[in-house]
Amino acid sequence: MTHVLDPDALSDDARALSVPLPPYRDVTRSDSAFRAFLHGLPGVDQVGAEARVAQLGTRSIKTTSKAWAIDTAISMVDLTTLEGADTPGKVRSLAAKAMRPDPTDPSCPRVAAVCVYGDLAGVAREALGDSGVHVAAVATAFPSGRASRAVKLADVRDAVQNGADEIDMVIDRGAFLSGRYLDVYEEIVAVKEACGEAHLKVILETGELVTLDNVRRASWIAMLAGGDFIKTSTGKVSPAATLPVGLVMLEAVRDFRVATGRQVGFKPAGGIRTTKDAVKHLVLINETVGRDWLDPGWFRFGASSLLNDLLLQRQKLRTGHYSGPDHVSVD
Amino acid sequence: MTAPTVPSQPSPFEYAPAPESRSIVDIAPSYGLFIDGEFVDGTGESFKTVNPATEEVLTEVASGSDADVDRAVRAARRAFEKTWGPMRPADRGKYLFRIARLLQERAREFAVLESLDNGKPIRESRDVDVPLAAAHFFYYAGWADKLDHVGLGTRPRPLGVAGQVIPWNFPLLMLAWKVAPALAAGNTVVLKPAETTPLTALLFAEVCRQADLPAGVVNIVTGAGETGRAVVEHDDVDKVAFTGSTDVGRSIARAVAGTRKKLTLELGGKAANIVFDDAPIDQAVEGIVQGIFFNQGHVCCAGSRLLVQESIHDEVIASLQRRIGTLRVGDPLDKNTDIGAINSAEQLARIRELSDIGEAEGAQRWQPACELPDRGFWYPPTIFTDVSPAHRIARDEIFGPVLSVLTFRTPDEAVAKANNTTYGLSAGIWSEKGSRILKIADQLRAGVVWANTFNKFDPTSPFGGYKQSGYGREGGRHGLAAYLEGAEQ
Repeated sequence: MTHVLDPDALSDDARALSVPLPPYRDVTRSDSAFRAFLHGLPGVDQVGAEARVAQLGTRSIKTTSKAWAIDTAISMVDLTTLEGADTPGKVRSLAAKAMRPDPTDPSCPRVAAVCVYGDLAGVAREALGDSGVHVAAVATAFPSGRASRAVKLADVRDAVQNGADEIDMVIDRGAFLSGRYLDVYEEIVAVKEACGEAHLKVILETGELVTLDNVRRASWIAMLAGGDFIKTSTGKVSPAATLPVGLVMLEAVRDFRVATGRQVGFKPAGGIRTTKDAVKHLVLINETVGRDWLDPGWFRFGASSLLNDLLLQRQKLRTGHYSGPDHVSVD
Repeated sequence: MTAPTVPSQPSPFEYAPAPESRSIVDIAPSYGLFIDGEFVDGTGESFKTVNPATEEVLTEVASGSDADVDRAVRAARRAFEKTWGPMRPADRGKYLFRIARLLQERAREFAVLESLDNGKPIRESRDVDVPLAAAHFFYYAGWADKLDHVGLGTRPRPLGVAGQVIPWNFPLLMLAWKVAPALAAGNTVVLKPAETTPLTALLFAEVCRQADLPAGVVNIVTGAGETGRAVVEHDDVDKVAFTGSTDVGRSIARAVAGTRKKLTLELGGKAANIVFDDAPIDQAVEGIVQGIFFNQGHVCCAGSRLLVQESIHDEVIASLQRRIGTLRVGDPLDKNTDIGAINSAEQLARIRELSDIGEAEGAQRWQPACELPDRGFWYPPTIFTDVSPAHRIARDEIFGPVLSVLTFRTPDEAVAKANNTTYGLSAGIWSEKGSRILKIADQLRAGVVWANTFNKFDPTSPFGGYKQSGYGREGGRHGLAAYLEGAEQ
């Protein structure tokens, strides 16, 4: 790994941490061992995975369960703005919305986090204060991840210093697709160390990995490397958070906990715009991994426009009629 | 991966009831027989049909006597000679297309009625039975004017009057499998639906009228076994098609022996679903569930014997148990129900009896914690492990939501165990390795072999059995051969 500058080499602590949990301690001992392990994971039959999510998509969630699902979904949103045009003003208005999504209804839950670029994490932190809404920052040369590891780690430290308590990193898809799995793994370990106390979400960018077998392998790399969450996408590549991808990633976190005892969270991001999409994801969690993941600590939606649709549907359930887009705020 | 045992936990995400409205169906207090284009009273005693989920009596249905069956066969003969037989094939196709479209238009009505009378979940009647029934009519409608090009000789001719007896597990779909190819080939039919599930066939009769199908082309005679016997044994029937149990199939074969009647039988099965250690495990588990719990296991091609490679047995069983824990058993009309009611008290008794025998013979019974409704006929999804090939639950068709798990060590052993059955209707193979799938499929003596899927049906694909699973094929071009003269299969 010639591109790692010395000052950013793993500390001894991190080196110790970089050994995966039992029973997988030895799988990262060499490139070939790691490759053999990842390719030894059960394959995914794409047709079968699609059929399964299509079947779950027919679940009919009505009345009380819909109300529960909408409130739960709101509390799981990472309200996101990741534009070149982002300003402190925009972030502050997003933060206000995150804390009180529906100003007319105090019973509406707040969202889980505000997700911004690292340089604006400080603005978000200040605006959110002690509201309990987390500050998530994307880092590691998001969204492409094409920078030297030193730059990526500096990006992470900067975001944490600015007040981010959650870091959304991207994996090196180039390394993954060229079969250098250990590079991908070691980079995640290094980022995890740079995060310190901050929670680490590992973005696989499944739209670039393409196959569900790749999604399963990348999920395992991220979990073995210590990621707290695995996340589908940056939102900058299409397709993003599809249901078959979600199914495979949920199976991965489920199997990983069974094997190691450690629970890893899951965050689909990108392309989830409607309440219907959100409910389908909640059903998918419910019937794939169960109640333990139905909590903002273990499941998030990376989304921007989703929140307004959830609010409109929430108002519809409470009042019996649609109020229209002018009754929720433009972000 | 180590063998996991995850406690199944109740979810806080309870799905509120989402019942499909039954107001779309209009069930009359009593029904007659559909003969010569008219609903007429039967001369036999009428019988009740119940909703197996509640034991509520839905309606009374006429029981066709020998005289009624004779009337029906004569009407079919007249229609064959006067209208349907001489009709331009393209026009016959037109009627079939019309029926197919009407089935689609009235799909919700058919689905609700099917679930009420049969007990199957609305998700299946809505997404599988009714769309597939319509698809069969569309498919065979297209063949009606192309029979010279089916590949069954240059001028294949219809046989005449077909007597058809169908089972209760897929009432409308089995009707479509029988009626669509018969009509497309130019035959007329007398159909006897199952005693416990006559209602969608009677609604289909209404569709025939709506489609202006000439009188006598389709005749529906409801009743029990005696009525079916009368249809099969009637002298003027040219062709007998039966789907049902092997015992009844055997007696039909005896009755038809020595006559000019052509016969196709689609009987029981005890299919092996073979899971190799290189299978896509999560999808295989889905396939096992789909294989045995689809339609409460009331499926002749159900994957009722799971053959799992010994090295992954514990892992697969743990995954399977977790997955079965999420199956929702209950009201068939609830859109979120996965497993509905057992079709009849009689069938429930048979499932119970064989399951008890399985336990007595030393197999381990496992059932998830699930609440069953107080009324109606219910049986929870069940798996038996430690099953030996000698156990009755590994040999007899249970025809219920009961899976027998056996293991194997090598591909040869898998094939030997899979073929070690008196049946041969279907089989499944789960492996990510294409060469293995091809080799094993070649060695399995089963009419249908699914690879990395199970219980998938399509009108273009022939379906039928080896050995005691019967003979003849339904579906595809092969399905037409059973209804054409000069077209031996």
